[in-house]
Amino acid sequence: MSAITHHIPNDMMAAYAAGTLPHPFAMVVAAHVSLCEDCRATLGSYHAVGGALLEQTADVAVSNDLKSNLMALLDAPVQPEPVYDAQGIYPGPVMEALKGGAPRWRTLGMGVKQSILSETDGGSARLLYIPAGQAVPDHSHNGLELTLVLQGSFSDETGRFGVGDVEIGDEDLEHTPIADAGDACICLAATDAPLRFNAFMPRLLQPLFRI
Amino acid sequence: MGPPKTGRAVPQQAPQMSQMTVWLVAVRDERDRDAFGSLFDYFAPRLKGFIMRSGTGAAQAEEIVQDVMLTVWRKATMFDPHRAQASAWIYQIARNRQIDIIRKENRPVPDELAQDPCSEPDASQILAFDQEAEQLKSALDQLQPDQKEMIEKAYMGDLTHQEISVQTGLPLGTVKSRIRLGLNRLRKELKGLR
Repeated sequence: MSAITHHIPNDMMAAYAAGTLPHPFAMVVAAHVSLCEDCRATLGSYHAVGGALLEQTADVAVSNDLKSNLMALLDAPVQPEPVYDAQGIYPGPVMEALKGGAPRWRTLGMGVKQSILSETDGGSARLLYIPAGQAVPDHSHNGLELTLVLQGSFSDETGRFGVGDVEIGDEDLEHTPIADAGDACICLAATDAPLRFNAFMPRLLQPLFRI
Repeated sequence: MGPPKTGRAVPQQAPQMSQMTVWLVAVRDERDRDAFGSLFDYFAPRLKGFIMRSGTGAAQAEEIVQDVMLTVWRKATMFDPHRAQASAWIYQIARNRQIDIIRKENRPVPDELAQDPCSEPDASQILAFDQEAEQLKSALDQLQPDQKEMIEKAYMGDLTHQEISVQTGLPLGTVKSRIRLGLNRLRKELKGLR
């Protein structure tokens, strides 16, 4: 694997550590950290900030019986929660979104496929599958979009993005990402805006159909 | 005859691992209930204050405190003092549980690093981490009051940057740059320690 060169910016990492990042972006950050030792260390330093703040927080007395109730619970049987480990190219946070299963690919045309992982008013996360040499379906960035490469690579006007790299797109980013030769490119893409394309359509038609 | 001159250097006061780390390691390795009780006494009132800062009521805050401390007990095997201070590790659990319970969504968390079964505890590295935590606390204290307030609000208030902006009446750009400035300074202080 080539070295990761496009990382999570510091302010986004701080927001993740503080728990204020919207869910789709938190998924990308968690997936990137799963692949990137540098960012794991950065996240550790932000957690250290959180820990220091926690220690400095003014005490609020807890109820008298909270401790005894808790001590009595220590031996209670534990309901095992499902743990989703990384599988193949998919880090744990993606496997969790997939509930441990395989992506349910829906074709968008031209060999491009997507598998929606989560979709709410606050944004969406999905997997994209782009055959080598194929352009990512044209889309405008309404708001912020994070794209994490999980397999293969793509290139656009701003550079080349390989496994583990994150591209951050906003309204200002005009680009045409194209999957490089080799393996098909599989990405985790998250946006805080509604999905702008559900089917492949030429750029000129998009404004007409408002997709 | 003067005082005896010993050939050996006077033993330096050996730096001590923080009490919290000692407790958490005892919970991890020996399932030590007394140590867990001490962790509870130290962290539970802080956790409650911390969680209430984000607008959670006292009753629900206590539920979350109980949940967090139970998670500390159950997941103690994952605690690695070479990579995290006790307070940072507990903070992370509190943040995850708070989001899971209040927002009713599963917070995406990174894959855990595989534990190296052969690795011996490295006291010097554990101490280095603990000292870093202490230095970080003093670094936090040295921040400008407005910078520190922003960081506290971002971490404890569970506010988005947008919400911080509304609550403080500051333009968003100012808020973002202040948070970044404060954290950058913290990070530089941290880096200088390594």
